[in-house]
Amino acid sequence: MEPILTRYVREPNSFTLDFYVQHEGYTALKEALGKKPDEIIEMVKASGLRGRGGAGFPTGMKWQFVDKKIEPRYIACNADESEPGTFKDHLLMERNPHLLIEGCAIGCYAIGAKVAYIYIRGEFFHVQTVLERAIDEAYARGFLGRNILGSGFDCDVFIHRGAGAYEAGEETALLESLEGKRAQPRNKPPFPAVVGLYGKPTAVNNVETLCNIPLIVHHGPEWFTALGPEKNGGPKLYCVSGHVKRPGVYEASMNITLRELIEDRAGGVRDGRTLKAVIPGGSSVPILLPNQLDTQASFDGIQKAGSLLGSAAIIVLDDTTCMVWLAENLLHFYRHESCGKCTPCREGTDWLHKILRKIERGDGQMRDLDLLSSISANIGGKTLCAFGDAAVTPVVTTLKHFRQEYEAHIKEGRCTLPADWRARQPAGVH
Amino acid sequence: MSFHPKMAYDATFHKSARALEEEGPPFVYTPENRARFDKIVQRYPAEQRRSAVLPAVYLAQYQQGYITANAIRHVAELLGITRADVEDVVSFYTMFYRKPMGRFVLQVCRTLSCAVNGAERVTEELSTKLGIKPGQTDPSGTFTLLEVECLGACDRAPVVMVNDAWHECLKPEAAAKLVDDLRARGEVALSGCHHVVEGKKAG
Repeated sequence: MEPILTRYVREPNSFTLDFYVQHEGYTALKEALGKKPDEIIEMVKASGLRGRGGAGFPTGMKWQFVDKKIEPRYIACNADESEPGTFKDHLLMERNPHLLIEGCAIGCYAIGAKVAYIYIRGEFFHVQTVLERAIDEAYARGFLGRNILGSGFDCDVFIHRGAGAYEAGEETALLESLEGKRAQPRNKPPFPAVVGLYGKPTAVNNVETLCNIPLIVHHGPEWFTALGPEKNGGPKLYCVSGHVKRPGVYEASMNITLRELIEDRAGGVRDGRTLKAVIPGGSSVPILLPNQLDTQASFDGIQKAGSLLGSAAIIVLDDTTCMVWLAENLLHFYRHESCGKCTPCREGTDWLHKILRKIERGDGQMRDLDLLSSISANIGGKTLCAFGDAAVTPVVTTLKHFRQEYEAHIKEGRCTLPADWRARQPAGVH
Repeated sequence: MSFHPKMAYDATFHKSARALEEEGPPFVYTPENRARFDKIVQRYPAEQRRSAVLPAVYLAQYQQGYITANAIRHVAELLGITRADVEDVVSFYTMFYRKPMGRFVLQVCRTLSCAVNGAERVTEELSTKLGIKPGQTDPSGTFTLLEVECLGACDRAPVVMVNDAWHECLKPEAAAKLVDDLRARGEVALSGCHHVVEGKKAG
């Protein structure tokens, strides 16, 4: 498949309005404004577009659930991209910002919103600058603002900068953060489509999801569906990182396999090394093993293999990677990022991390392994948001596939696989 | 007869260690920042001024380098919310600093993709070069070293964010040189984000 979303990202001025308009930019918005809002929702439903943020929920349904009787309604674009291993939205916003703006405007028209907020993570300051300039350009040319293209439709797009909280990527936590509070999740239901930003109906959509909207409107849902396997249509961005020769964002149809992505696109693991494990959808999903590489990298394909496509962040690990260290590294992340609202997660992630650190430095005992499983079982499914399940996944999945490494650490009283890329002196807790 | 214990309800009673003392120099926005603030507030519905708390705190941090109780007080007054509301937010988000930081805040990404490409060693090298541990500022107040969680640049690992700018693909061997370069040339020594750089080169 020829790249579609990222077709022009290597062109010098791809982020400018002039370039975008020369390449059919904003034609979808024109076409959309000539249709009824319901027709657009129907098109998105027919396309089968699934949310690109992680859960893979059908976007058309999400938009249909937005309560059309209550005014005002909002779109909140989730540009908080913080899942470890994910960097696709960054590329889209940096090099193709007008596609996102067009997607926001069409989305607003479809659900009857007048404002879209783009919640961008604080670390993407340079991206924000590009996006702000693009929004200003769009206002100046009448693609945003009052009476867009003479249709009578008004739409504003504003950027809201986060300040370093992974949890703000969870949809209700994002809304809390937008409202000027701590990024902590709300109880669901009610879902944001009914009670969202400021208590009003809100559609929360990922950047890549909204970037697909203009394509569906312009080319039609059939074209979109035909691009991939059943129920997994459209172009997809994959972020390949870790121990590969050419890490980067690769666009493909979801017919592609993990092997093609890792070996053909990303050049495979470093010379002289062998593949040990693959995390196919960001740090929160179960590990896949080398014998599962021929799995189709689609939402359904990866799920069948026992993991999740998540945000399509493929982290590749070669045989120098100690799996106990990996769990410790990721639990350090989750312990730091737990928002603290639910006790099992707040206390449990810290506890898990302490035990993992103990095993990793060689002070573990065999009974710690059961303790790890037990704590994990008491976090997963017992928190308001999916963070709890995400946080225990690295522990559960490494214990399942690499229990012998844990046991070796405990028996030998040291890390059995200290790689040269790791710290010479393990750092203290801070 | 009352079973209620005798309490000293005097002026000191409600004083908790967490009360917001006057701290740091007096704080008000500069006229430029005040103008920016007034513009930002308009993005949100009139009755939802609280939404502007993150950008408002950012403005204070850019003006003063870190957030003091006086800055919190000023932001709270402008937004019409309590100081506790603002402090709640400031203490939650990691990008807000409650103490003075160095001129360059070196934030090394420590999460998986960067770590497997040598981020732990980058931190070690920087730590040795500067003579400080992560979380500390060097005596001259030039550098602060922090370990941060995933910055979202896993394809250019290991990545270091210096203030608001990125430096990509920082190998451990090159870490010490980056410190020298920053000292000599300032932020222009950074590689920046490769997308931006590619755009500039061609444009």
